Amino acid sequence: MTAVETTRPVRVNHGGLRFRAFWTLFGSELRVWLREPTGVFFALIFPSLLLLGLGLAIPDFSKPMVDAPPPWNEAPGVTSYLPTIIALAVGTISLTTMPVQFATFREKGILKRLSTTPMPPQNLVGVHMVINVLALIVSAGAAVVGGMVVLGVPFAADPLVVLLVLVLSTTAMFSLGLLVAARAEKGQTASGLGMLIYFPSLMFSGVWVPLSVMPEWMQEIGLYLPLGAAAQGLTMGWFGNEGFPLAQVLVLTVWTLVLFPLGVKLFRWS
Amino acid sequence: MATPQPDAGTPVVEVSHLRKTYPAARRGAGPKTAVSDVSFQIARGEIFGILGPNGAGKTTTVECLAGLRHADGGTVRVLGQDPQADPLLIREHVGVQLQEAALHDKITVAEALDVFGSFYTERADSAELLDLLDLTAHRHQQFGKLSGGQKQRLSIALALVGKPQVAILDELTTGLDPAARRATWELVERVRDSGVTVLLVTHFMDEAERLCDRLVVIDGGRVVAEGTPSALIEGLEGDRGVRLRFADDGARDRATQLLTALAERDDDVTAAVPVGDEIEVTGTRKVLFAVVQALAAADVVPDDVRTLERTLEDVFVQVTGRQYRVEENEEVAA
Ligand SMILES: Nc1ncnc2c1ncn2[C@@H]1O[C@H](COP(=O)(O)OP(=O)(O)OP(=O)(O)O)[C@@H](O)[C@H]1O
Ligand SMILES: [Mg+2]
Repeated sequence: MTAVETTRPVRVNHGGLRFRAFWTLFGSELRVWLREPTGVFFALIFPSLLLLGLGLAIPDFSKPMVDAPPPWNEAPGVTSYLPTIIALAVGTISLTTMPVQFATFREKGILKRLSTTPMPPQNLVGVHMVINVLALIVSAGAAVVGGMVVLGVPFAADPLVVLLVLVLSTTAMFSLGLLVAARAEKGQTASGLGMLIYFPSLMFSGVWVPLSVMPEWMQEIGLYLPLGAAAQGLTMGWFGNEGFPLAQVLVLTVWTLVLFPLGVKLFRWS
Repeated sequence: MATPQPDAGTPVVEVSHLRKTYPAARRGAGPKTAVSDVSFQIARGEIFGILGPNGAGKTTTVECLAGLRHADGGTVRVLGQDPQADPLLIREHVGVQLQEAALHDKITVAEALDVFGSFYTERADSAELLDLLDLTAHRHQQFGKLSGGQKQRLSIALALVGKPQVAILDELTTGLDPAARRATWELVERVRDSGVTVLLVTHFMDEAERLCDRLVVIDGGRVVAEGTPSALIEGLEGDRGVRLRFADDGARDRATQLLTALAERDDDVTAAVPVGDEIEVTGTRKVLFAVVQALAAADVVPDDVRTLERTLEDVFVQVTGRQYRVEENEEVAA
């Protein structure tokens, strides 16, 4: 007869094990994520495609901006559109990719299934935050490189300011995405809610009416919206001739401080 | 045994007076008491069943004991720990198969086993598990493309990948065809034989009767019966049945007369009624004896005599006074 083990359970807290398991989960989630072509297209390729498409199609986008102060008077018109496209990349991942992802995990019972294992479901959300950050780096990076190589857009005047605004835009918008996904019982619901915020956000960040020709009152409203502030701040950092985007940085910080705790608090884990 | 096991005899799972009320689902509806008073104990190495109709509170009960839900009252001990106070304490040692599917459609069988295995300090050998669950041939297939039976088997494999001491399996054969169900039953027995204590949740009477060493029957959030399947069936009051068939109508009419008279005269025989072209006689455990004697004395020879099989279904009818009905019958006909 085999001796039956009668281990009385104790809390096992091998940091190393958890750490390895997190990255195993990361690897597997990444592979599975890459198997969804539409999701991958929107998260990674859509912003660059829009930039290159419009940059090549619209005549004004390839003409130099003669009215701009030097050295920008030699840059193509599409230059002012690039920061908007970076904001679009942030918005697309946080409002179309992320909410559907998290709500679908809930809908399919994956969050609850993980609750039964030593790996709490918070890790799955963490893994996807990492994946989304990586996706954003690829997506925004592709837009910048594509814009510079194909369209001849000059590099940012204040790359550090651009980076700072990008990081804050990401924290603010990812927090918004988390909040959108916090309660939805179905992927569809989260998707609908995300779209409801996505399209107006795009409008205020200059996707349809470029920031340079946007009426004053719209810019005023845009400043207080996370994606609007993102686009404005990125634009100021890129051109570097209007000073530090202090108001935009503050707005993005406040949004993060409000939305993130709210998203975490309201998030349903089953 | 040379060294007494300190834990030998202590139940692996102890639930007493468990209570759980869900808040009103929508406005207008009242709060819903899913579990009002459930107690039971599970010994190491047994297949213990929680049986009951849809909505009886089975899933709620196991979710409370697995520490996935907060109970409103009562106590729960799993492997000596209180999962209500600290659910993480039992995660390493309790494998759970949930009622609903719970994986990405695009993850493959092997990937799922790998990932879930990585969560545990001790893990079962993936190849062995795949073999045990007949999934080796499908290991590179994506979850969304598996059949219902394959999904359920993978789900069981994931519940076992951390070498648990207790496996909770919720409705594991719902939606499976009869062949797949029987295969799954054998599998559960193999799991028990490997030393894992199994808590099996089901609304199928035949499944509980076939598989469980002991079980509780739950109805409306309460335990209405408890014991081994055979003891529960043995314990049924009165009303055993015998069916008789005769070669011709003459013999049958004569037998009907004899047996009706017998029912009036003999306390062990309750009634004799025609059912189709057969006669059904009911009574105490001595009914068969009485019937055979009466017929033999009159030299009326039946063509065929069958005792009616009694099942857990009869137990349910007796303890609840209702027919056992599963609201939505999800069973797939062969
Ligand atoms: N999250 C919930 N919120 C509100 N009510 C619930 C919830 N989960 C279950 N219930 C209700 O509680 C009762 C018991 O549900 P439970 O899922 O425990 O039953 P069950 O015995 O597992 O049924 P089934 O055989 O259908 O799986 C049902 O009436 C159900 O509608
Ligand atoms: Mg259930």
